[in-house]
Amino acid sequence: MTDVRVAGVGLTPFGSHPERTGRDLFAEAALRAFEDAAVDRADVEELNYGNFMGALAEHQGHQAPLMAEAAGVRCPATRYESACASAGVAVREAVRTVAAGDADVVLAGGMERMTNLPTDEVTEGLAIAADDLFEARAGVTFPGAYALMATAYFDAYGGTRADLAHVASKNHANAVPNEYAQYRKEVSVDEALDAPPVAEPLHLYDACPITDGASALVLVSEEYAAEHDLDAPVAVTGTGQGTDRMALGDREHLARTPAADAAADAAYADAGVEPGDVDVAEVHDCFTIAEVLALESLGLFEPGEGIAAAREGVTTADGDLPVNLSGGLKAKGHPVGATGGSQIAELTRLLRGDHPNSGHVSDAEVGVTHNAGGTVASAVVHVLEVAE
Amino acid sequence: MSDDGADAAPPPDRAHAEWLDALAAGEGFALVCPRGHGSLPPRRVCPECGSSDLSREALDETGTVETYSVVHVPSPRFADDAPYVSAVVDFGPTRLTGVLRGGDETDGPPAVDTGDAVAADVGERATDGERLVVFRPAGGD
Repeated sequence: MTDVRVAGVGLTPFGSHPERTGRDLFAEAALRAFEDAAVDRADVEELNYGNFMGALAEHQGHQAPLMAEAAGVRCPATRYESACASAGVAVREAVRTVAAGDADVVLAGGMERMTNLPTDEVTEGLAIAADDLFEARAGVTFPGAYALMATAYFDAYGGTRADLAHVASKNHANAVPNEYAQYRKEVSVDEALDAPPVAEPLHLYDACPITDGASALVLVSEEYAAEHDLDAPVAVTGTGQGTDRMALGDREHLARTPAADAAADAAYADAGVEPGDVDVAEVHDCFTIAEVLALESLGLFEPGEGIAAAREGVTTADGDLPVNLSGGLKAKGHPVGATGGSQIAELTRLLRGDHPNSGHVSDAEVGVTHNAGGTVASAVVHVLEVAE
Repeated sequence: MSDDGADAAPPPDRAHAEWLDALAAGEGFALVCPRGHGSLPPRRVCPECGSSDLSREALDETGTVETYSVVHVPSPRFADDAPYVSAVVDFGPTRLTGVLRGGDETDGPPAVDTGDAVAADVGERATDGERLVVFRPAGGD
């Protein structure tokens, strides 16, 4: 087993790109990643690419060879699909490939185009990540599913819409200085509370936006980094994945996410760290309640205690454990198939010290990313550490 | 390769249709393995333990609302149904997910809380007449 280094990261600005194809978005992210990495693209041995709904959004299947062309690489290229965790699993397989010694250089990331569809078609597209027979046909939407989890959480542990509004307000504040973020504006707790309902108890500012964007990472072996004298101080030291029953109603507990528990346990064990070692986290806050569930699955808070973390200032930029300093999916945006890669890109920048919010975590050595698909039937967790 | 467009109707599924027929006839059931795990058809094996020894077990006549949401932003399939109450209800051997309706459909979504007792039935989507699982308040409060 070898150490896996993040040699370079690349993102497009997240937001609305109505006149650009997916291939152009991924090309931009890959170009930035190669520039950041100073790695020869001819050395890339595999492309692992995440995408969820390209067949719906762009009438384009078989996207991996297309994206290999866009990135200017000729190597085995594979598309990974695990709903909103598509890039997470793509990156995870890249990490495993490099760690196992099967390749020295892998390009991983993802892309999603969403804003070219009307909102109702995006809602329908996202709903296909649920069980079609027993959830989507029965009226479950993507926000509706997380709303069901929020109601169950409040019922089991307590908590209020105001607690969730603090999560939204925190993440919007974090996005303000981030040049890649979709919504660089502050949202007050009162504004979040007063927004129209989407699926009660979730209102507009509890939900992430609809986003176009792409992410790319150049992952290399420690040996390759040394041989080529790369500036790659951040290592991916742990990876884990979990799977749960597809339908929310089939889970033992409606306000917990065991797939993420399993992913976190595996990633921590792989890295040889404990939850208490974590200094900073990027988690999958597609809805405010999702951040709460993520913090609890990651072992950073006990079940029932994550709800107060933002309100009490523990997870704010100046808190003891900053969460979603990028702005999170909530304010940075959520191009579904790109998100798992962008979380690692943002955490790498935070740990390297070249993120606009790095000053909040200048002593951080251990970070964690949490990427979830559907109502967390799929979850991927990665541990990143400053290796030098 | 077909165009899997958003407007395309979901494919028919006989096992699911027959299960809806049974629910509509007041004979709703789950498939239960010897270890007591309940699931819904189509199943070849128990999704929890892999047992292929599955037998039909009647759902409880009255279920308990475990969680719910009033959905205001629907998918196109539910465009004319919103706002509506989405709910997950425990019926003994398994839970069901569906739409909770009151006695009078014109009154908007009914009041609901976790712990409420409801019965399961089959209704139609207002948007397109397709069948779906619906819950209605059971006796008592």
